[in-house]
Amino acid sequence: MAAYIVRRIFQAIIVCVLVSILIFLSLRLLPADPLLIYITKSDAASYSPEMLDKLRHEMGLDKVLPLQYFDWVSKVVRLDLGNSFTFKQKVTELLLKRLPVSLHIGIIAFIISGVLGIIFGVLSGIRRGTWIDNVITPLSNLGVALPTFWLGIVLIYFFAFKWGWLPTYGYTSPFTDFWLSTKQLVMPVLVLMALPLCLVTRQARSSMLEAARQDYVRTAWSKGLSEKVVITRHILKNSLIPIITVIGMGVPHIFAGEVLVEMVFNIPGMGRMLIDAIMSLDYNLLQSGVLVITIVVVLSNLIVDISYSWVDPRVRY
Amino acid sequence: MAVKAEAVPIKSTRTIASSEVRYVVKVFFKRKLAVIGFVIILLLVLVAIFAPLLTPYDPIKVDSKNRLLQPSWSHPLGTDNTGRDTLSRIIYGTRTSLAVAFGAMGIATIAGVLIAGYFGGIIYIVFMRFIDTLMSIPMLILALFLAAMFGGGLKNIIIALGISLTSIYARLMCGQVLAMKENDYILAMRSLGASDLRIMLRHILPNAFPPLLVMVTLQLGTMILAEAALSYIGIGIQPPTPAWGAMINSGYPYLFTQPVLSIAPGVAIALVVFGFNMVGDGLRDALDPKLRGVL
Repeated sequence: MAAYIVRRIFQAIIVCVLVSILIFLSLRLLPADPLLIYITKSDAASYSPEMLDKLRHEMGLDKVLPLQYFDWVSKVVRLDLGNSFTFKQKVTELLLKRLPVSLHIGIIAFIISGVLGIIFGVLSGIRRGTWIDNVITPLSNLGVALPTFWLGIVLIYFFAFKWGWLPTYGYTSPFTDFWLSTKQLVMPVLVLMALPLCLVTRQARSSMLEAARQDYVRTAWSKGLSEKVVITRHILKNSLIPIITVIGMGVPHIFAGEVLVEMVFNIPGMGRMLIDAIMSLDYNLLQSGVLVITIVVVLSNLIVDISYSWVDPRVRY
Repeated sequence: MAVKAEAVPIKSTRTIASSEVRYVVKVFFKRKLAVIGFVIILLLVLVAIFAPLLTPYDPIKVDSKNRLLQPSWSHPLGTDNTGRDTLSRIIYGTRTSLAVAFGAMGIATIAGVLIAGYFGGIIYIVFMRFIDTLMSIPMLILALFLAAMFGGGLKNIIIALGISLTSIYARLMCGQVLAMKENDYILAMRSLGASDLRIMLRHILPNAFPPLLVMVTLQLGTMILAEAALSYIGIGIQPPTPAWGAMINSGYPYLFTQPVLSIAPGVAIALVVFGFNMVGDGLRDALDPKLRGVL
């Protein structure tokens, strides 16, 4: 077990290194001038060719690629991600401000979608064909087809414009005004959790149905165990692995959704930062943002993989 | 039933015995949701093809006299802030959506199959590491990153989405190759002296076709959602080309007075994605050997 965890952590580190190489290369090999990482396009246009060459030399862009990469990585490891010219501050400082906002919304959406997904899936699985199933299953099929940002706009139309129950957009830290913060969070969380919730529900339902067909479940029933025990101890416990996989896959969905949700609800988080970086061609901010998000996703995959053995004692490494 | 069977995409696999195809078609068309999905997709493809015949208005030409008209008989979904008919733009948007989805899917499938084709070699090992890495970046974020690198526009978005999806197909195909290689008939073919290429094309690819088909159908929906998201953000399809995601964004400032501008294109997106998902689910069940006889 310990050996497995160590090996798995090692793999995760390799993936992070490869992602950093990919991101680094993508900025160097594509047509865009890598100098644009450090200065804006309009600045670059106004400088003379000699000045540009001098700048390239200062930034180390005239060195061979592997050397440039090591320069960059050695800074990244020391948490020095350079400057963002759009926000006129250090990227690390910016990330420290933006990441907690995204995590606040993301973690709430992640937990609710996981818990509700299992509950809905189990309910529609064990009550197959009843009204509960007939409500939950079509809704979950519809939910995976809805565009996230559109759902946000529809919610704004009804909850904010039509009925005026909730503030339209914005974000407040829960430490400054908890009530306002919670009210502002309702719609973003609803939108963000919609897709993972529906995916988990669908998976939970089909794994429940699959497990319920097994011989040991028939045995459990014929032993005269109560319904509660059969469902929780025998069916659910045996169908958890694929459900956990899908819950874990929710992390990238939530990060991707965050980009759209933060745009719709005007929330100053990581997603909004990425869009601002793209719009102003702030490549340094963009690559740092993608790198950080990927590292978080790799870490979450690691946790999911390790949790398999905790959930299912049959899984031994 | 026989008439419907003509249009099912599975028909093109010559290598699957015809009774097999008939069985799959029968099971597929017994499922209500799958049929609904199939009809939706069929209608949308027809709408995309015959878009100019269906729309009395130009989807691109600005008509400043008819700005922001409320829905009426002549403009069933009203007009947008530059006077263009919303329904016409949604109808032409079908073309954009389907073009991106099929284009990106085509790139990803071909690349995925090619990578799996090098199975076992040094190129394969390098590629698979690369693929694992790509897979750890959330799909939309990767597409966003690539779109920012390449710039917007139809062609670039197709390439960006295609690359973002390649990892999934490569993974699927490699898994299939790995599982199939162990079969005795492959060993038998090899002992008869069949070349790698022949085994790949004649035996592995046709057997890997059903899961590939299911994956392609399900991913088409994802592609449409991703394209809509990129266009909504503003780095996807560039105006004035009609794209559903961009329409939702440009209608947003008028949400209070004219909600239909933002809401209608979203309904169109949801409808197509729902259609592809239902067809994919239906195909998966119909092609699943484990469910044979159950359905």
